[in-house]
Amino acid sequence: MARAVTPRRKALTTLAAWAVGLLIFFPILWTILTSFKTEAQAISDPPVFLFFDWTLENYSVVQERSDYLRFLWNSVILAGGSTILGIIVAVPAAWAMAFVPSHRTKDILLWMLSTKMLPAVGVLYPMYLIFIQMGLLDTRIGLTLVLMLVNLPIIVWMLYTYFREIPGEILDAARMDGATLRDEIVHVLTPMAIPGIASTILLNVILAWNEAFWTLNLTAAKAAPLTAFIASYSSPEGLFYAKLSAASTMAIAPILILGWFSQKQLVRGLTFGAVK
Amino acid sequence: MYLTNARRAATAIALVWGAAASAETITIATVNNGDMIRMQGLTADFTEQNPDIELEWVTLEENVLRQRVTQDIASNGGQFDVMTIGTYEVPIWAKNDWLVSLNDLPEEYDAEDLLPAIRDGLTVDGELYAAPFYGESSMVMYRTDLMEEAGMEMPEAPTWEFIEEAAAAMTDKDNEVYGICLRGKAGWGENMAFLTAMSNSFGARWFDMDWQPQFDSEAWATTLDTYLRLMNEYGPPGASNNGFNENLSLFQQGKCGMWIDATVAASFVTNPDDSTVADSVGFALAPDAGLGKRSNWLWAWTLAIPAGTDSEEAAKKFVQWATSKGYTELVAEEEGWANVPPGTRTSLYENQEYLDAAPFAQKTLESIQAADPTNPSVDEVPYTGVQFVAIPEFAGIGTLAGQEFSAALAGQQSAEEALEKAQALTADEMEAAGY
Amino acid sequence: MATQHSRSAARLMMAPAVVLLLAWMLVPLTMTLWFSFKQYLPLRGGDLGWVGFENYVRFVTSSAFWPSVQATLIIVGGVLAITVVFGVLLAMLLDQPFWGQGIVRILVIAPFFVMPTVSALVWKNMFMDPVNGLFAHLWRAFGADPVSWLSEASLFSIVLIVSWQWLPFATLILLTAIQSLDSEQLEAAEMDGAPSLSRFWHIILPHLSRAITVVILIQTIFLLSIFAEIFVTTQGSFGTRTLTYLIFQRVLESQNVGLGSAGGVYAIILANIVAIFLMRIVGKNLDA
Repeated sequence: MARAVTPRRKALTTLAAWAVGLLIFFPILWTILTSFKTEAQAISDPPVFLFFDWTLENYSVVQERSDYLRFLWNSVILAGGSTILGIIVAVPAAWAMAFVPSHRTKDILLWMLSTKMLPAVGVLYPMYLIFIQMGLLDTRIGLTLVLMLVNLPIIVWMLYTYFREIPGEILDAARMDGATLRDEIVHVLTPMAIPGIASTILLNVILAWNEAFWTLNLTAAKAAPLTAFIASYSSPEGLFYAKLSAASTMAIAPILILGWFSQKQLVRGLTFGAVK
Repeated sequence: MYLTNARRAATAIALVWGAAASAETITIATVNNGDMIRMQGLTADFTEQNPDIELEWVTLEENVLRQRVTQDIASNGGQFDVMTIGTYEVPIWAKNDWLVSLNDLPEEYDAEDLLPAIRDGLTVDGELYAAPFYGESSMVMYRTDLMEEAGMEMPEAPTWEFIEEAAAAMTDKDNEVYGICLRGKAGWGENMAFLTAMSNSFGARWFDMDWQPQFDSEAWATTLDTYLRLMNEYGPPGASNNGFNENLSLFQQGKCGMWIDATVAASFVTNPDDSTVADSVGFALAPDAGLGKRSNWLWAWTLAIPAGTDSEEAAKKFVQWATSKGYTELVAEEEGWANVPPGTRTSLYENQEYLDAAPFAQKTLESIQAADPTNPSVDEVPYTGVQFVAIPEFAGIGTLAGQEFSAALAGQQSAEEALEKAQALTADEMEAAGY
Repeated sequence: MATQHSRSAARLMMAPAVVLLLAWMLVPLTMTLWFSFKQYLPLRGGDLGWVGFENYVRFVTSSAFWPSVQATLIIVGGVLAITVVFGVLLAMLLDQPFWGQGIVRILVIAPFFVMPTVSALVWKNMFMDPVNGLFAHLWRAFGADPVSWLSEASLFSIVLIVSWQWLPFATLILLTAIQSLDSEQLEAAEMDGAPSLSRFWHIILPHLSRAITVVILIQTIFLLSIFAEIFVTTQGSFGTRTLTYLIFQRVLESQNVGLGSAGGVYAIILANIVAIFLMRIVGKNLDA
């Protein structure tokens, strides 16, 4: 950032960047604003931007109608559980690929990614039957497993790229000192890998949180997360923009807040570790 | 064969697991329509009477709900104890032995009181397989003030010709008043429900007696031409995305002169809390074309219990509660008579309090009674159902055809092209199904 | 280098992930294959016997097949083009020094957190609705007739919605890549008087090629299977029926599991063709 810029140029850039930023953010802002309007204000022409009677009514209506906390809790369990499980399975795999690569490593990695391209719709019916057989329908365990599998390739791939950045010399040095494989992992690699793992966790929580195909099709009441909560607010009878906005805000707020607080790690996570 | 056995075993396992997990919790899948949301709000009454039964609600948007329950029942998933389904599904599912018979509901339920037109549609081989929650036909809802301004008077039973004249007279696009609002959103339960019912009045039908699709008939061409002309000249913009709910919202905002749709909408458009035009809405029977059939349909949202549920008794108790006379009274007490679920019981239409509170009651009843699912069109047909064809393939075909008509409404293809494509794809699907 | 001991240890460590993914892929895949050779209609009693390749023939010969492949490619291609082009421009803008970088960055990432169902619902109702949508208000304010986006410009609308969700992702990857560009190199070019366009073409763009590949790879994986955006907005009407959606209609709306499964097999083949194609490029680029 050592490039010198004139204040004029900086001001112009500031203006442009803020304009673009606000434009991109606008749909979310508009949703949040609308959630505080009455249904009539939500569709008024011309639209009202800030000067309306702010009301919390929509939130109480939504809460009364559907038990938000239960959906939220399921989302937390599913997103958190699937990520933790995924990390447990993926860390050793990624470690092995990064530090003991063979000529097949890259093929395996790419094969793993390719499993993500299988169209979920095509295998829904078989999955449903499998879930029935195993008694997993509408259970948190079943869905956690599925979400873990859905995101596992991404987790492995991200961790792999992070691990690869860890210089091999450190390992060699540790080995000289007579460190065992376990020591290597616990005392040398883990501390260096923590930031990468943190980014991976964050990104996967977001992906699992927003997954809407399996979560909708394999749950009913007990394990239904926020994606199902939203499905009861789309095009009901009568005016619904304000209620829809309130429900939407409630569904995305937790992840939005989490994302903003952990922005630094996340930006790294978002790049899937593939770009330095 | 392996799968069938595996499925039986799976069901057994699921039953055991389910039973262990939930002693007496019943899971109810329902649509996010106003009446169902209201029912959800009133469940305290049920749980007070039945403290040992807990209710879990799965409330979903109609398309999602239908997909979920069909998937679940067809693969024997057993996720739900009570399902909200329509008159289309009930006979098909009942024939597959997927539903629990409700013939043994107690005397006080008074199944005889259910409207015959509705009850017959839910009865297969003498067994009642679903209890109607609310029933509907379709009719014309119009703005009395706009009609007056236009110097016209709506007859009790208008013709399509009159509807077109009235639409022309009421349209005022500069002020965002559109003469007529009709369904345009693709879907067998959306635009195809309307178009099929409309086509009946023009003497069209889906299939002839040999199950040959009839979209190449003159009658369908007239139907579609009339529909497209009405909508293109007097309809709201973007009508090809409007379903029931979108139109309801337009009408409530005073943007529609006429709206031909479900009779249940009557209580919403006359409700001053939601509707800006509540005190100037009139009702008339659905239009005809002078061929002896009107364009009104027949539908009921019902509560049914899937066979194989582990809480059959509790589920029955709930179904009985939600569709009883007592529930009607409960709603009347809490929300007023105009808001009770309509179109299921004869006694409701003999109740003076209801008739006073609901100016649309008489027309609703007439419309429901006028619909004849066994003889929907002018010519004979091999199927039952007014605005649908009661075969399992119809949901798929209806939606695919509906998408063609919706595209025609959006101006992406001509009426002829849409009919040609609908004809071809219906023939394809029917062949695939083995007709 | 790795010893024999660490090699077998490595294999052991990879085993859980590989086995799980293999099962995740093979079990449903085998069942899909099995169904695809059957007349399987759950609403008509289920399994009605083997039919050979009939489902496969029927699926490709149906009038909906090629348009659906086309729609899939247009959506994937359109979103990739928009996100990469605007991603590069946006990344270059955000790379400049300006006040409030942190906040602007937060604003720009935000769409990525929004679940697809929510974003589709919000766009469809609050922006693209031809009567009450914000765009309609805007159009009317300028005296124009409101556009009914989702029917008149259906594919464009879907591409727009999906691009909005994925632009943050592209921008961030590209931004990270630009920031790693050696600024001395750029300054030197600037001193030499190289015009900014040529600087962009000869220095920045080549530097970004790896990042762009990653964007394309990851996005394609997710875009090939987009579902919620279409389900919520057009339900496959107006030419937005993608291959994924067509299969969904076959399996769930028509309840023709055999036919839908055959479609699923085609989709898997298509995904694999794209995958092989992509991995050829990416594989090379990843070594760099």
